[in-house]
Amino acid sequence: MQALHALPDPEALAQSVSEQDFSAVAKALNLLDDRRPDARQRAARLLAALPKQRLHNAGHLVGLTGPPGVGKSSLTAALVRVWRKRGLTVGILAVDPSSPISGGALLGDRLRMLSGGLDASVFIRSLACRGEFGGLSAEVWPMSLVMLAAFDIVLVETVGVGQKEIDVSKLTDTTCFVAQPASGDSIQFLKAGIMEVPHVLVVNKADVGIAARKTLSELRATLQPPSHAEDWRVPALAASATTGTGIEALADSLEAHRIWLVAHGLLAPVRQRFQAEWIIKRLLEEFGRFGIEMLGGQPRLLSSLVEAEGPPFEQYDTLRQRLLGRWRD
Amino acid sequence: MNSDSKSEKRDRPWLMRTYSGHTSARASNNLYRTNLSKGQTGLSVAFDLPTQTGYDADHPLSRGEVGKVGVPIGHIGDMETLFDQIPLDKMNTSMTINATAAWLLSLYIAVAERQGVAPAQLQGTTQNDIIKEYLSRGTYIFPPEPSVRLTTDVISYTVHHIPKWNPTNVCSYHLQEAGATPTQELAYALSTAIAILDAIRDAGRLDGDAFANVVGRTSFFVNAGIRFVEECCKMRAFVEMWDRIARERYGVEDPKLRRFRYGVQVNSLGLTEAQPENNVQRIVLEMLAVTLSRKARARAVQLPAWNEALGLPRPWDQQWALRMQQVLALETDLLEYGDIFDGSPIIDSKVRDLVLGAEAEMQRVQEEGGMVHAVETGYVKRQLVASHTARMRAIEAGDLKIIGVNCFTETAESPLTSGTDSGIMKVDAAAELDQVERLKAIRDSRNPAEAKAALNQLGEAARSGENIMPASIRCAHAGVTTGEWSKELRTIFGEYRAPTGIDISAHSLGRSDVVETLRQRTRKTGEELGRPLRILVGKPGLDGHSNGAEQIAVKARDVGFEVVYEGIRLTPEQIVKAAEEEGVHLIGLSVLSGSHLELVEDALGRLADLGLSEVPVIVGGIVPLEDEQDLLAQGVAAVYTPKDSDMNKIMSDLVNIIRENNGLQRFEDAA
Repeated sequence: MQALHALPDPEALAQSVSEQDFSAVAKALNLLDDRRPDARQRAARLLAALPKQRLHNAGHLVGLTGPPGVGKSSLTAALVRVWRKRGLTVGILAVDPSSPISGGALLGDRLRMLSGGLDASVFIRSLACRGEFGGLSAEVWPMSLVMLAAFDIVLVETVGVGQKEIDVSKLTDTTCFVAQPASGDSIQFLKAGIMEVPHVLVVNKADVGIAARKTLSELRATLQPPSHAEDWRVPALAASATTGTGIEALADSLEAHRIWLVAHGLLAPVRQRFQAEWIIKRLLEEFGRFGIEMLGGQPRLLSSLVEAEGPPFEQYDTLRQRLLGRWRD
Repeated sequence: MNSDSKSEKRDRPWLMRTYSGHTSARASNNLYRTNLSKGQTGLSVAFDLPTQTGYDADHPLSRGEVGKVGVPIGHIGDMETLFDQIPLDKMNTSMTINATAAWLLSLYIAVAERQGVAPAQLQGTTQNDIIKEYLSRGTYIFPPEPSVRLTTDVISYTVHHIPKWNPTNVCSYHLQEAGATPTQELAYALSTAIAILDAIRDAGRLDGDAFANVVGRTSFFVNAGIRFVEECCKMRAFVEMWDRIARERYGVEDPKLRRFRYGVQVNSLGLTEAQPENNVQRIVLEMLAVTLSRKARARAVQLPAWNEALGLPRPWDQQWALRMQQVLALETDLLEYGDIFDGSPIIDSKVRDLVLGAEAEMQRVQEEGGMVHAVETGYVKRQLVASHTARMRAIEAGDLKIIGVNCFTETAESPLTSGTDSGIMKVDAAAELDQVERLKAIRDSRNPAEAKAALNQLGEAARSGENIMPASIRCAHAGVTTGEWSKELRTIFGEYRAPTGIDISAHSLGRSDVVETLRQRTRKTGEELGRPLRILVGKPGLDGHSNGAEQIAVKARDVGFEVVYEGIRLTPEQIVKAAEEEGVHLIGLSVLSGSHLELVEDALGRLADLGLSEVPVIVGGIVPLEDEQDLLAQGVAAVYTPKDSDMNKIMSDLVNIIRENNGLQRFEDAA
């Protein structure tokens, strides 16, 4: 039997997405999630039809990560309030772990993120990371692009401790790490160089007082001053989603990093790199390190992909065919 | 036994109440006066959900909820009507009210003043236990800290001004409904009492004697389940533990002030929709648990009606419940004896086990930072969800027998439910409009300057930490509405969403081969449709009973669905927006307040407006058969009621509904 619900026309969908039509954004995200061959082709067309100029130079992709229970959702809610007050539209991708046994997942922090109110200008999609423990599913990056085409700010929220959470830095312009007061873990990771340094560090729950101030000063001590004057200087802030203190400053710091990227001509190249990272991630999933080695190794592949500037699905398919071709011989 | 136990003075009968209220203050007043004339000795007021959660009848969230699960009280006019011709100096009134307890007590005091009754003469109880609202009942408004502050404000006020009032009724009742074992019930109720009393003690506003009186005025509201021997032991354990806590933790010398005083509503969770007449013997047996042991006898008993699982009881059903109490207290010889269990080694040993288990769990709660913190982190809720899931699993496996549900299901047609009214009462749909009219009338007729000044004083008190009661009583007299009182405090204290507790590890219900089959089907269907199956479980309206929705959400996750669940109190608008943004394959709506028709119709209309009519909707709740047909006719794909206890069957249905909706062949039933 034929499926009752036909797949959408990708070019028309891309147009509606860029007009901030929520229903279109939802349909586009469904399409990117859809693994059927016909859907994959349409998804490639959809991405190709999104406005290039926006995807390279406009909006702001923000990654928010940190250990479970640190209050990311309520911090998100507080940030959303500030952004909305500044007249910005917001799209959120909230990533939660799924059960490795059943494949099922419980999702649902939407209301925490909206602090109970209904805001027609905030769009939230929850995602299960589908078995990729601690990492982000391959769907996240293309989904963030669709949202970038529709909203001023796209926030990707992920859970993580230690090294893996920084996966989000491979698809967002600005990565913000949320630390727990009185928890030494993040500081240890930073010191040991296990964790890549995020662009903004924030200690949440500043309302708890001494513990938060102590963690903050430890974090500040860990951060190396930049070697060049024009390098980004990582700010470490204290904020409280409960009392609302420090949230404006946090929003300012995130924005400052975007301005810094633009001023140094880095925004478009950084985003170009996300695409390359995504292609490599998918190739790694499918062919492993061996496959990447056969394509010349990760560093070389990365730079050639960045230079080539093709549409993502096509680039991926070309490389995939090249590998499959070798095995077929 | 060396003493002649019969020579002891006959015990006084407990207060007999029926938890009731519906439609309007006028209709409820009629009901109360009828019940009192039938020999009921106290009142137990059920408020509707807008009143409990601080919304006026014309607020969007109130739609369909006005007068449904209790009486709507929007202002002093309603409260006066509710107690018309009922002298408050003679009445003992229990009010099941929590987040807005300070407000409803203020209205009660104001009505007493208008009746010429001094507040000091008032007797009764405000439930005023917010902790269990976060865990089970769901009618909280504010975050824990200001909520506990409101609770302690009521306590400090009554201990000075209304000495015979029970300002807080710490509830274990709803913990049992949420799945608590007897041990958990003991541990969490007593931990709650400790959290509140510690807060009052630490505020340091009361001297030693006044504080001992506060301990003495602390009362409890418990549940009695069908395992009535164990339940009786639980009550003896409560008595023993509370005496020790009052003595050792709070240094109360007077044994009278250390007495465990409690009221009871026997278990409603265990009442069945199938063969509902069996509920009568369940209710009677459960009543024995809290009355047999003189030492641990309830001070007040309210019994549910046999047909609560079907819908709203009629006056005759409530009368039957009252007669059960009267027969036990007045016909039998129960009250002539001392404690009939003293010296029983079996009872003693069971009580010992419960006390030890409860003490260990209380210790665990203290390690979590006390009850308030253990609720905020979700610890307690997770324990409850786990216990509830274990119970559901035992029912499904047949280890826990429920007559008429998972065994002996054959039945002759019941003459009780075949009458023209299907054996339940229906609330007049016009009640909501009438209530809104009365609300408008009071807004128009009051002195606006005085109402504004009273609200300002309330805001001042909330901010400064001054006791909230005097300003609230002024608001009551000034004609301030329930929604206005709550809104003022909402803007100062903020609103809260409690942890849902469903983030517990996977633990599948029922037979594992069936679960494995269901997982394969979910996965296969997801592959055929191109992406993993996603469903949204939503609770529209003000009803906070989330156990059913949570069980469905957890179970669906365990068979492989990606489940979007947001907890309670959502507008249909929020649910529909979430369904669109999350790209779900199916929407499940859970409504237990009786507002299913209005809320579901609203949700279906909004889905149609967004072009999402193709997303199938299922409904779960206490839905009478007639309404079920109505819902199906409106386009709902399936309706589940308490009689549908086989979770695997429901999961199997969900997959099939999604398959059919997408033009795929159904699977055969999995169970």
